[in-house]
Amino acid sequence: MATYTLKVRRFQPESGEGPYWEEFKVELDPSLSVLDGLLQAKDRDDGSLSVRCSCRAAICGSCGMKINGQSGLGCKTQVGEAQELAEKKASVSPSANGDTPPIVIEPMGNMPVVKDLVTDMESTHWKKIRRVTPWLLPHGEAPEREYVVEPESMIDITQSMACIQCGACVSSCLSMEADPDFIGPAALAKAYRFVGDPRDAETKERLHDLAEDPHGIYDCTHCFSCIDACPKGVAPMDQIMRLRRKAGEEGIEDPNSGHHHELAFAQIIEKKGTLDEVALPKESFAFGIKGKLKPSKRAIKEVLGALPTIFRTIKTGKVRSKWIAPHHKLPGGAQDDVKAIYKHAEEHREEFNLYIKGEDEDFVEPEPDEMTEEAITAEAATAAESEES
Amino acid sequence: MSDGQIKVAYWPGCVSRGFTPELHGSMAIVAEKLGIELLELDRANCCGAGVIAEHNQELADTLNARTFALAQQTGLSMMNICSTCQGAQSECQQRLDADSSYRAHINEVLSGQGLAYEKGKDGFTNKNFLWLLVEDYGLDRLAEQVKRPLSGLRVGPFYGCYVVRPKERLGYDEFPDRDIYLEKVIEALGGQVVEYDGARKCCGFPVITMNRDTSLRQAGTHVGDAIDAGADCLVTPCPLCHLNLDMQQPEAAKVVNRDLGLAVLHLPQLVGLALGAEPKQLGMSKHIASTKWVEERLAAVPA
Repeated sequence: MATYTLKVRRFQPESGEGPYWEEFKVELDPSLSVLDGLLQAKDRDDGSLSVRCSCRAAICGSCGMKINGQSGLGCKTQVGEAQELAEKKASVSPSANGDTPPIVIEPMGNMPVVKDLVTDMESTHWKKIRRVTPWLLPHGEAPEREYVVEPESMIDITQSMACIQCGACVSSCLSMEADPDFIGPAALAKAYRFVGDPRDAETKERLHDLAEDPHGIYDCTHCFSCIDACPKGVAPMDQIMRLRRKAGEEGIEDPNSGHHHELAFAQIIEKKGTLDEVALPKESFAFGIKGKLKPSKRAIKEVLGALPTIFRTIKTGKVRSKWIAPHHKLPGGAQDDVKAIYKHAEEHREEFNLYIKGEDEDFVEPEPDEMTEEAITAEAATAAESEES
Repeated sequence: MSDGQIKVAYWPGCVSRGFTPELHGSMAIVAEKLGIELLELDRANCCGAGVIAEHNQELADTLNARTFALAQQTGLSMMNICSTCQGAQSECQQRLDADSSYRAHINEVLSGQGLAYEKGKDGFTNKNFLWLLVEDYGLDRLAEQVKRPLSGLRVGPFYGCYVVRPKERLGYDEFPDRDIYLEKVIEALGGQVVEYDGARKCCGFPVITMNRDTSLRQAGTHVGDAIDAGADCLVTPCPLCHLNLDMQQPEAAKVVNRDLGLAVLHLPQLVGLALGAEPKQLGMSKHIASTKWVEERLAAVPA
């Protein structure tokens, strides 16, 4: 048993007042959850403290919240761990006064607060989930009984199927913070669940829809917040990158030039080995120019928009000779090695998914007492050999 | 931490030799002052910055396996000076390390070039300069080298997503404090840490060509928050963050509709200042957001 202080961001709409902070002292074992702590405060101190919860076992996805600024489930975060994190943050905080810091608990981000820790999931989360057509679209006549597929063909989407719709990833999304229209991590992970489903017949249409929306797959800023927030290992950002890969394989033109950016990047490295930053924006937009003979409106706008930045870099000497910086070239033969890698990898295009395959055990060293006599002898022989050489 | 000589296979990345040449130059100065020997991997290729992995995962994994293999040929561990290189390379290394048959498949093409990536060979690691500074060089040893304490300089840390998340991939099990190292370094150099909302958020750079408004709104918001919290400057171990926070700062100011104008230093520049190097030597005049205010504050403290 230990005592913890929970500093909760509260909001009572009926009071007409704005949000405020309130501290609750709770007593519980460090291995119990932050949600257990909140429920104790509700039980003992203030029955009006509002929090959504049900299963208390990270299955129902009801108790999404921010704990010390990190989005996750209240029931899956141990109170002892949360205290350690609060103390770690305080250890480098100029505003810390040396007292034991409280565990800071806030409602989820990127969505309106209904009351205390209860957020409105409908206006953001569910609306965005419905945006991606989250149901199967098979073609042809429905089978008499269920659709039959090879179990192996479903493995690819098991990761995105693990989602429990808690909204923690939406809460943590840094793209959505800057662009509330972004379809977002939960909905895009859900979209991959159907894009990858062998029974679905509208994969192409789905990819067009997700790539052509300016707030779709190319609006993700690659910050990994959703990966750390997800309590079920869905890694929504990885699913978004899969969607980009598949959209790219279909050659889908998107209004954000995301596909061209990816192609331009890959081609520059194939040609030059390291990134030529002058060539990258030029080629990301220039595909439109070359392909269509006349530049797209967006390409013109982007290039014009970049001019002031270019002039500034020339003025300070950041970009050295005129506006074409001398580019680092790989020395003798190294570029051919890079090209050989491209040839090999473009042939195979293997995708290794850790969630599905897991780590193999080739590196687990046997405990000394578990080593057989043979193994010990073999090891001694190898050691002797390497000493000799 | 050790008192011994540190020698690393050094991967400077692309941007430090492109749009942020001041980073490459200041790292060389700081390494010399600290006695860190850098063996530059000049045959190594771009990490792919996550973009190549998005295009073709196997391609990204092989390109980075090649870099690791080149480093392993030297018998040294690797050091980088870019959060994005760190994150992109750690992602590939995690997959390569997870499965011996996948590794063998990737090594097929490398073997034709006389190379092979071997998991854990000679205790191989790949660390950002920030990690190396704290874990291998040591903060006490760093503090001893300070010639011009950054007294009174209020510095806001800006990490770059790729060295902060995902925790499980970036060695936080072994080094749980990696997301507070910048604060520790600022303190060791005699500076004052500024707390503001954006320290571990995204600079927006990855979508600068795809969604300029979202991208610059992020950069502008974080710079603005740091100014409001009283920062004299920001410091970052990521040159891509530097591009959005510094090079794009005047454009970001337009998007968030407020005056900005906050110096953004590369980590080696901040360390270099404290070790007594001159701002000009460290390439600070190449920045877009003026560093004059930082120089004036430090001028009061003799080097």
